[in-house]
Amino acid sequence: MSNNSGITLKDVSIWFGEGEDRVDAVIHASFDIKKGDAFGLVGESGSGKSTILKAITGLAQNWSGSISVMGQDLGQQRSLEFYKTVQMVFQDPYASLHPRHTVDHVLSETLSLHNADNVDHRIVSVLDDVGLGNTFRFRYPHQLSGGQRQRVAIARALILEPAILLLDEPTSALDVSVQAEILNLLTDLREEHNLTYLMVSHDLAVVGHMCSSLAVMNLGEIVEVLSIESMRTMTVEHPYTRQLLEASV
Amino acid sequence: MEPILEVENLEISFPTRAGVFEAVRDISFSLGRERLGIVGESGSGKSLTGRSILRLIKPPGILSATKIALHGENLLDFTEKQMRNVRGHRISMVMQDPKFSLNPVMTIGSQIIEAYRLHSKASKKQALKATLEMLDAVMIRDPERVIRAYPHEMSGGMGQRIMIAMMLIPRPEILIADEPTSALDVTVQKEVLEIMDKLVHERGMGLIFISHDLNLVSSFCDRVLIMYGGRIVETCRADRLYEAKHPYTRGLLNSMPHLDNPKTRLEVLKRDDDWANQPSVSGALLMDDTL
Amino acid sequence: MTHNSETAQNQHNQSLHSWLLSETPTSRRQAKLSVIYHSWLAFKSNPMAMAGLVILVLLLICAAFAPFLTTHDPFEQDLALGLSAPGENGFWLGSDNLGRDIYSRLIYGSRITLYIVTLVAVMAPIAGLFIGTLAGYLGGWLDFVLMRITDIFLAFPRLILALAFVSVLGAGIENAVLAIVLTAWPPYARIARAETLTIRNADFISAVKLQGAGPLRIIVRHIWPLCISSLVIRVTLDMAGIILTAAGLGFLGLGAQPPSPEWGAMISAGRKFILYHWWVATMPGLAIFVVSLAFNLLGDGLRDVLDPKGKS
Repeated sequence: MSNNSGITLKDVSIWFGEGEDRVDAVIHASFDIKKGDAFGLVGESGSGKSTILKAITGLAQNWSGSISVMGQDLGQQRSLEFYKTVQMVFQDPYASLHPRHTVDHVLSETLSLHNADNVDHRIVSVLDDVGLGNTFRFRYPHQLSGGQRQRVAIARALILEPAILLLDEPTSALDVSVQAEILNLLTDLREEHNLTYLMVSHDLAVVGHMCSSLAVMNLGEIVEVLSIESMRTMTVEHPYTRQLLEASV
Repeated sequence: MEPILEVENLEISFPTRAGVFEAVRDISFSLGRERLGIVGESGSGKSLTGRSILRLIKPPGILSATKIALHGENLLDFTEKQMRNVRGHRISMVMQDPKFSLNPVMTIGSQIIEAYRLHSKASKKQALKATLEMLDAVMIRDPERVIRAYPHEMSGGMGQRIMIAMMLIPRPEILIADEPTSALDVTVQKEVLEIMDKLVHERGMGLIFISHDLNLVSSFCDRVLIMYGGRIVETCRADRLYEAKHPYTRGLLNSMPHLDNPKTRLEVLKRDDDWANQPSVSGALLMDDTL
Repeated sequence: MTHNSETAQNQHNQSLHSWLLSETPTSRRQAKLSVIYHSWLAFKSNPMAMAGLVILVLLLICAAFAPFLTTHDPFEQDLALGLSAPGENGFWLGSDNLGRDIYSRLIYGSRITLYIVTLVAVMAPIAGLFIGTLAGYLGGWLDFVLMRITDIFLAFPRLILALAFVSVLGAGIENAVLAIVLTAWPPYARIARAETLTIRNADFISAVKLQGAGPLRIIVRHIWPLCISSLVIRVTLDMAGIILTAAGLGFLGLGAQPPSPEWGAMISAGRKFILYHWWVATMPGLAIFVVSLAFNLLGDGLRDVLDPKGKS
């Protein structure tokens, strides 16, 4: 395995339930993301794209095949150390923040879980990084707009200084003008911190803006992996990719 | 074109502890036999505007207007009983998520039939026949099976087509569609819109299409009202939306990523307090509008 | 001069008010106090709930200052003055068959009522919260075992089960409290479990898992705060039932023992005279009624303020 591999999936199948209730969410998925790259995963609802993120983070337990992150193969359990490398931003900023916890509480909890020092300084600096000043530090989620909440969620993911960020439809719950702000923020952060992105989205334009290559999923299978260039020029092979592109333009 | 619906000086406000919050502020518009899009971001008042036409503003919200007239009859003068006859019969509404609009413990058929018989004197048999025809019209392949099914057995796209069937079966004059396709996948979205378009067109109805999606509104509607902070800031022909002049509309258009026009950074909308403070533009249908 | 200080006072109140309502708190303390203040404002606007609160505060005052509020020693007997009607012989609410002042006994009895209510309100919901969240979050066989135990407890009528416990443990207030706790926790466990099931798959729980938090931390720090409000509401609404159960045990002679002025026991003692000396049983009955009502009103008000589902 090469040194500059960020995330590699080989022949990964993911399922829910056992026996008769078994539902195969992802079937034999393979792809490779280099360190520092931004990779998109597109597909319609139920195509299994979010499930792949769940398997990487350990939220989905039933999977086979091999997943490796930064050159290390993952087992069934995730260590505390793993979460310092890989963090995730969820789709709905209205659901991903605890309604009774202030921004300060959310961020300091993460730090205390990892026994970090310099807590005050790190909270202030990460809030600054995501474009929220110190004035937001003691607010509750209900005192924040959708875009501000998503910034808090990004701050939570960044405060441990991970190398890889998994983005699960990070802007689909937001207005377009706010989406632009968040996407710009993500672009800047990737440059500053040399991050690797794996971004799940149903919006081809968003993936086209953020990523350099992408995988198209349909009914649990990856039907095509292609570069953004070939998507722009419509030089695609699989009919489903073409159908998706045509519907999006 | 004769207007079907005229709304004048509509205001919706909510008293809060910090003072009165004006969600919709003095807007006027009218609707002919056309597809009128209302676009805006969350909190712009577009959904409340749609609901206010049916007088569905829940307390403590307060609705006031000079008139909301359907064919010249002011709906504000109607009793609650008369309004019930208007809702669903003369003006119908399709909401964003069909899951919340359909009763989970009734079969789809019985819900559509009930909706139909509420407003017409049709016999059960006639209602059933009309239901099957309607489901056929929304391109549901196996209507006999679908009428015996329960809502949870339907996919999102099917559910939304069923909602459209249910809303259109009493032959309303106006259909209000509030983000009818934003919960659907892109490929399904197209299908549902085509069906809705065809039926609205065939029946000569007026359609109010509420959405946050500028691309969708521009390709699907005839005329567009752009709302910001409870006011109409601009109105234009839908196919000329990309030539819109108001800085807010321009800002929204520019902040979208485009597949065929890659940029390293997206333009960020710079909000101006003036936009919300300037008086609303009239959204009235002009007699010389050639659509 | 006074005018000036009044304005200063006003200004001070005004600034405290806006400090508490600030949308941009600058410290942990301000954020926390602000939430409490918001709830208080919402609660204050509900007159019925305020009425309940006022009654309960009066009850607290009665219990705390009983020696100063009473006119007689609650245990002092004077058989010659037995069964005096209200207002007669200096007994405001009459006297019982042993010539004890009913008013004074009611005031002292409020201490017993509060004692029972507090102990039950602290123990039963905490037991229920612990069992319910554990079962709901961890699931699997633990959930099965804990919930079947809960079902077994729920299968008995509360008073009968409490009776059985008291007869095993022996009569007395402490044992009555213990018996009530043993019969009161299962509904709380059910509520806590149901809340946990809806919360445990929420994104914010997944998010904190991805920060590396273990199950215990998630339950205590993230799930409990969201369950507590519905439990508090339920407990307040159950208070009336708890008071009545305690009174019922007292009435049956299994709770507080004579000569203790427990309200239920007082009703029981007055039962024999109810036809000709109505006040002996009626006065403690009224006390139970007023306090139970107050708890119900308070519970209703708290539901409006605390219920997270009512808020957007």
